[in-house]
Amino acid sequence: MDHFPWLTVAGAVPLVGALAIGFTPGRSAPGSAADRRARDQLVKYIALATSLVTLAVLAVMATQFNTSGPRFQFRQVYQWIPQFGVHYAVGVDGIALVLILMTAVLMPVVVLASWHDVDPDPDAAGVAVPGFETAPRKQRSAKSYFILMLVLETMMIGVFAATDVFLFYVFFEAMLVPMYFMIGSYGVGQRQYAAVKFLLYSLLGGLLMLVAVIALYVYSAHGSHPGTFLFSSLLRVSLSPTVQKWLFLGFFIAFAIKAPLWPFHTWLPDAATSAQPGAAVLLVGVLDKVGTFGMLRYCLELFPSAAHYFTPLIIVLAVVGVLYGAIVAIGQKDMKRLIAYTSVSHMGLITLGIFAMTSQGQAGATLYMVNHGFATGALFIIAGFLVARRGSQLIEDYGGVQKVAPLLAGLFLIAGLAGLSLPGLSTFVSEFLVLVGTFTRYEVAAALATTGIILAAIYILWMYQRTMHGPVKPELAKMRDLRPRELWAVGPLIALIIVLGVYPKPVLDIINPAVHSTLVHVHSPDPVPPHPAVTMQRIEITKRGGQA
Amino acid sequence: MTGLAVGTLRAASTPPATLPATGVEHVAWLLLVFPLAGAAILLLGGKRTNAWGHLVGVAMPVAAFCVGVAMFVQMLGQPASDRVRSMTIYQWVIVSRFRVPMGIRIDPLSICFVLLITGVGSLIHIFAVGYMSHDPERRRFFGYMNLFVAAMLLLVIANNYLGLYAGWEGVGLASYLLIGFWQYKPAAAVAAKKAFIANRVGDVGLSLAIMLMFTTFGSVTFSGVFHEAPKASHEVITAIGLLLLLGACGKSAQVPLQSWLLDAMEGPTPVSALIHAATMVTAGVYLIVRSGPIFNLSPGARLAVAIVGAVTLLFGAIIGCAKDDIKKALAGSTMSQIGYMMLAAGLGPAGYVFAIAHLLAHGFFKAGMFLGAGSVKHEMNDEVDMRRFGGLDKIMPVTFVTFLLGYLAIIGVPPLSGFFTKDPIIDAAFAKGGTSGALLGTAALLGAGITAFYMTRVMFMTFAGERRWEADQHPHEVPPVMTSPMVVLAIGSVAAGGFLILGNRLLNFLGPITGVPPTSHGIWTKAGLAALVLVAVGMVIAWALYGRRPVPATAPAGNPVTVAARKDLYGDAVNESLLMRPGQWLTRLSVFFDNKGIDALVNTVAATFGGTSGRMRRVENGFVRSYALSMLVGAVLLVGALLLVKL
Repeated sequence: MDHFPWLTVAGAVPLVGALAIGFTPGRSAPGSAADRRARDQLVKYIALATSLVTLAVLAVMATQFNTSGPRFQFRQVYQWIPQFGVHYAVGVDGIALVLILMTAVLMPVVVLASWHDVDPDPDAAGVAVPGFETAPRKQRSAKSYFILMLVLETMMIGVFAATDVFLFYVFFEAMLVPMYFMIGSYGVGQRQYAAVKFLLYSLLGGLLMLVAVIALYVYSAHGSHPGTFLFSSLLRVSLSPTVQKWLFLGFFIAFAIKAPLWPFHTWLPDAATSAQPGAAVLLVGVLDKVGTFGMLRYCLELFPSAAHYFTPLIIVLAVVGVLYGAIVAIGQKDMKRLIAYTSVSHMGLITLGIFAMTSQGQAGATLYMVNHGFATGALFIIAGFLVARRGSQLIEDYGGVQKVAPLLAGLFLIAGLAGLSLPGLSTFVSEFLVLVGTFTRYEVAAALATTGIILAAIYILWMYQRTMHGPVKPELAKMRDLRPRELWAVGPLIALIIVLGVYPKPVLDIINPAVHSTLVHVHSPDPVPPHPAVTMQRIEITKRGGQA
Repeated sequence: MTGLAVGTLRAASTPPATLPATGVEHVAWLLLVFPLAGAAILLLGGKRTNAWGHLVGVAMPVAAFCVGVAMFVQMLGQPASDRVRSMTIYQWVIVSRFRVPMGIRIDPLSICFVLLITGVGSLIHIFAVGYMSHDPERRRFFGYMNLFVAAMLLLVIANNYLGLYAGWEGVGLASYLLIGFWQYKPAAAVAAKKAFIANRVGDVGLSLAIMLMFTTFGSVTFSGVFHEAPKASHEVITAIGLLLLLGACGKSAQVPLQSWLLDAMEGPTPVSALIHAATMVTAGVYLIVRSGPIFNLSPGARLAVAIVGAVTLLFGAIIGCAKDDIKKALAGSTMSQIGYMMLAAGLGPAGYVFAIAHLLAHGFFKAGMFLGAGSVKHEMNDEVDMRRFGGLDKIMPVTFVTFLLGYLAIIGVPPLSGFFTKDPIIDAAFAKGGTSGALLGTAALLGAGITAFYMTRVMFMTFAGERRWEADQHPHEVPPVMTSPMVVLAIGSVAAGGFLILGNRLLNFLGPITGVPPTSHGIWTKAGLAALVLVAVGMVIAWALYGRRPVPATAPAGNPVTVAARKDLYGDAVNESLLMRPGQWLTRLSVFFDNKGIDALVNTVAATFGGTSGRMRRVENGFVRSYALSMLVGAVLLVGALLLVKL
């Protein structure tokens, strides 16, 4: 199994599934309404099965990952465009591995949560607020929706697995296409405006990155050596400080838009509000992480001196983002928009952890990327269940849900508590690591960011109070609690949120070596405490020795 | 003063060694597992467990209590130098130097809390079986209560600050769930959220303290931090101390983070008894005493703790005087009594033991009185206004007698608990010497008199005088499942203080951990006698106002002080004008700025480059084209650039 092309296979499975869906009879094929429903069901089951197979492949792959082995594993390198030094090169370090696993876990969840995005939801019990569009007016094709989703999965795996900068760029840009259509064609509300905004923003960043990618190729050529896009070769290229700064900016702005980092964030609330909940999970849970992943992998390692140069500025932007996102979230009236702004705040924390350039900061940031995917995913999905029942995204249209749907309310609370980083839940470990890692270098920045935990309590609990507490709104009196499909969608996420909060060590064990290697590349050793405590065991031994 | 400082250093420099767990301590994790399992069964089991859920809910804290007693007995058999035991259950968070185990520390201090939490906790669970018997959601109530016990136990037995923090926020969650248990009442929902957010303000302090510890010592375990603390600079130690104090203020409802506790009385009364009187709100005192090795090094931080305690003890007592809601009067009293504990803890080794002694005694008498208040409320159709009580002594004799004993204990009538535990605090405050000692001691002394006033007022208004009930209220004595916990707690109210203080029992037990007071003034001190005089004065005034003449059914207008006290001394008003209103404006402004500022700027730029702004919105059809165009441009750029390079 040593040379089994795990990553290529895992990336290909969703494509095969998409192809299979493509061969099923479409909406225009003859048949009754019942036939059409059956055909849609088939599409959904194929999508679900495909995402589960992908997850299984990647889970088996993860068991083969050797935490004390070389940094990049499951590597494959083939020439792709030899003239330009472009390779099909894939491989994962611990950071990419956990992000790919997170993507694979989210995918079946998203498929289940999106079950009724393209057809009327039987749970929507006719209490919709007039004038609000919860689903596209005309029935859309289930086929293309789930094909888009599976194709997107391939690209998401590819973007994390690529070890060739050009290949990374291709996936980075190509991801936009399926997401653009998922928002623009299948979304709700002002979906076209949101989709275009998302695309233009991302394209702008992408073009800047493209320039930087090409320049990097140019600079990598020296003497008789042709240029290259291979990450491993680029690490050995030495660039002048000025060049580093410009190329860093090219990459960084693209990633800052993607993440999004304040003040590049305004596309996200619109996109997440207009996307169906499942698409919003992929957008915020996975696509955003490509931005922070890119900062960690490419900005830091390819341009270490520029990274140090820009660190103060980025720390400031990150802290502003943490507080700004949280404050604006408090003022939101729309649930999905509120969750999107909390993500702006959390992505600020992740960026902060990355640029603190300490082991705790970066390991915390990486773990946060994973945990945030699950926690925000759960929040979006449960908010989606509410919207499907009530036909409104506005917080004020809810009230007293805990009384009529206690299970839904309970899971919403756990997801919300993960959003405010309650200890015992996964996000706490990552948030505390980020803050403590930042504190060892930048006390003031960390202290300011820490006050965000108060704001987080306000936005989460206030939303929870307004939707779940109080007297039951008459329109909600007959609201159903979660059904099995919905429980299967969100249950695994809640379980992971709890398990990773109590026992995060397996994930940290995977992440730690990769973070260590990153920090070695950027020449940033952890600050040494002025009065290091010896470990407890050693105190005990000396004490015992002293007494004896 | 110098003598005190020397004693301080000596106490801090020779803490007992931390040894591996032994015997029954190997199963110390059962303390967490029992109540957690209870919470899991009750909350995940759903309606299936309705019939027997409360039995599980009671059994779990009782089981944990048995484990606690076994460990306590084992500890008593060990020499004092061998009583600090630590064990690691598993490695929790490990990143480079940041290595935090899920670890347990069993020592005299933590065992005191374990016994208090599980002992008083079990009694209150038993009481709740009766109190909540008519509530359709009783099972869920017991689930939350078990969750609370688990979190509180984690708080006191964790062997590191991060574990303590996990328990710390865990009790905050349980408190949130339980204050808001009747969540369909908007007041309860608001109170629950307020409590959590006020606690979070304190939590910022605790988190930053932990971060500063890690930055300074590279460790967050108690043994690691305490061992290295003397080497750190004075400023850092004081900063850690003040940050810890901020955390303690949040959890223990001390000024300026006190305002949530009075609203928290929206929760069911057993919650008020267990969480908002006997255990959770005392966690701040635990934090300070536990962190003694840090506070011992910083007179400034200690003084801050003592001042917060002194201010709060008066603050809470004054509020207690004006409340007609029996639970809020008791809540004001809780703030005040915890103020005494904080004051004692702020005195350093001279006060740590008395802080804990008062905390344990308070656990008995305040829990007992809250249960008494709960019984009354239960029988009076959920009425809590004392102006509508009166004459209940004959009708609810057991409730009356147990409440009376708790009352005598809290005001410090010898030989009940409060006399033994409160007077040493007043004495130690004066013994601190200097202006600060005189001021702190005077505050504590005054507090004793005010306590006597408001508690006597509660007694007269509730149990004495004529019956001021409505016609549809038919109070009876509550069933044995509710009276028996009150009886046990009343016995504790009578005896706990004397038991702990006489013969220096608690002093000898805790001394190795907390340090020993430099001097002992004996049981009868000048300060104690002065306190007794003030207590008598307070009682007489209360009798003159509420016992001698009938209590009006509606509150009189009152003087400005009374009006202020009824409004919690404007705590909410201050929060509202200083924090809430500006916060709301900031939020609105930010939302406006985000929509109209940043976003408008972006849209304008996009529109300028893209032609007209109309095109932005109606690009649906044209969009695929423009996308293809951009891709083409991108591709052309790419290919062109690559060709240039090759040439």
